[in-house]
Amino acid sequence: MTTAPAGYGRALDLVTRVRGVRGAMLVSGEDGLIVAEQLMEGIKGAAVAALAASLANRLGRAMEAAGVGASLFWHLQAQAGALLVVGAPSGILVVAITEPDVNVGLVRLELLRAAAVAG
Amino acid sequence: MPEDIKSLSSQLAQDPNSLVFLRLGELLRQKGQFDAAHRVALTGLERHPHLADAHDLYARILADKRDYERAFDEWDMALRIAPDHVGALKGLAFLYFKVGDVAQAAAHLETAQRVAPDDPGVAQALALARGGKAGAGDALHTGGVAAAEPIGPAAQPLEDARVFAGLEGAQEGLLLLDASGRVLGGALKNGQGHSVTEAVAAYLAGVSQEAGRTAKLLSLGAWTGLAAEGKLGHVHVTAPSGDALLFVVRDRSVPMGRLAIIAQRAAATARRWLEQQR
Repeated sequence: MTTAPAGYGRALDLVTRVRGVRGAMLVSGEDGLIVAEQLMEGIKGAAVAALAASLANRLGRAMEAAGVGASLFWHLQAQAGALLVVGAPSGILVVAITEPDVNVGLVRLELLRAAAVAG
Repeated sequence: MPEDIKSLSSQLAQDPNSLVFLRLGELLRQKGQFDAAHRVALTGLERHPHLADAHDLYARILADKRDYERAFDEWDMALRIAPDHVGALKGLAFLYFKVGDVAQAAAHLETAQRVAPDDPGVAQALALARGGKAGAGDALHTGGVAAAEPIGPAAQPLEDARVFAGLEGAQEGLLLLDASGRVLGGALKNGQGHSVTEAVAAYLAGVSQEAGRTAKLLSLGAWTGLAAEGKLGHVHVTAPSGDALLFVVRDRSVPMGRLAIIAQRAAATARRWLEQQR
């Protein structure tokens, strides 16, 4: 496994310092592989990364077809938490896994900042 | 009465942040000056966006103007702010009567009665609803829904053959699919006015299963919605029933929170329609 650039760690720090965030990953949007991660123990990062990339792909195509343009941010809401995702210009997805009562607006802002850092 | 309006207007002019706009708006509404009432309520709401009474007032004015979609949103918002708000509970009951959903109307009235057991309008409407008699909606007049028509259990339900008939965006912007991406109802057009229904449906096939698997892998329980922000608009995806998928799209002027409310209402309609088809 190659070492992730230091900037990736800083990008993930921006997200994981938000209260209620259980973990964050940088995922290759193309193949769904983890580029860098800061996850709590027990989270199956590789599988989640693959599914997140696949969902991003399907949703992105549907949104383009619907005429709302490329996806900037998406939020999978569930009973006990959420998955929040922002795409970086390079195609990397910045993914946050959160508690249900997290400040979604704040996580979104930090994901956007992290995406800018990740490039 | 005109003196009251003048007096309240004067008070509001002297102190624009005052809550006197609630009395003034209600007075104007009762006198049938709906446009003036609308302006007063909207200005008040802009200054007091977290005041449930302000949303309730605005909803009643919208109902008077027969803008039931937005009235629903405002009463829904009032309840989110104050879950026991009797005016909002009565208002939503009125709207549910209007579409023939007596069960929902009665449920809201029962909640209202728990909060305000001495409200005669609630008791009367609830008694009529439980007895299956028409006119239950009329009984809510005492709650201030002045535009109520003779409605009740006999009222016609939404034209469910078109699934979303009567909902905001029924003709475009709402799409109901089965698990394999086949269209069950609704339609989508792109910015140029061309139908994109089939293309979007094809791309969305399997999203419900993937969202479910992702949530399960993370031990998050069942997924409840998928909201996304695009450069030109927002979308919201929900699963109204089983593997069926509901896709709602709006331009960026519709905030994502409001879009979620629109999607929840459309999902309830879709769920009823799907149950009828089985």
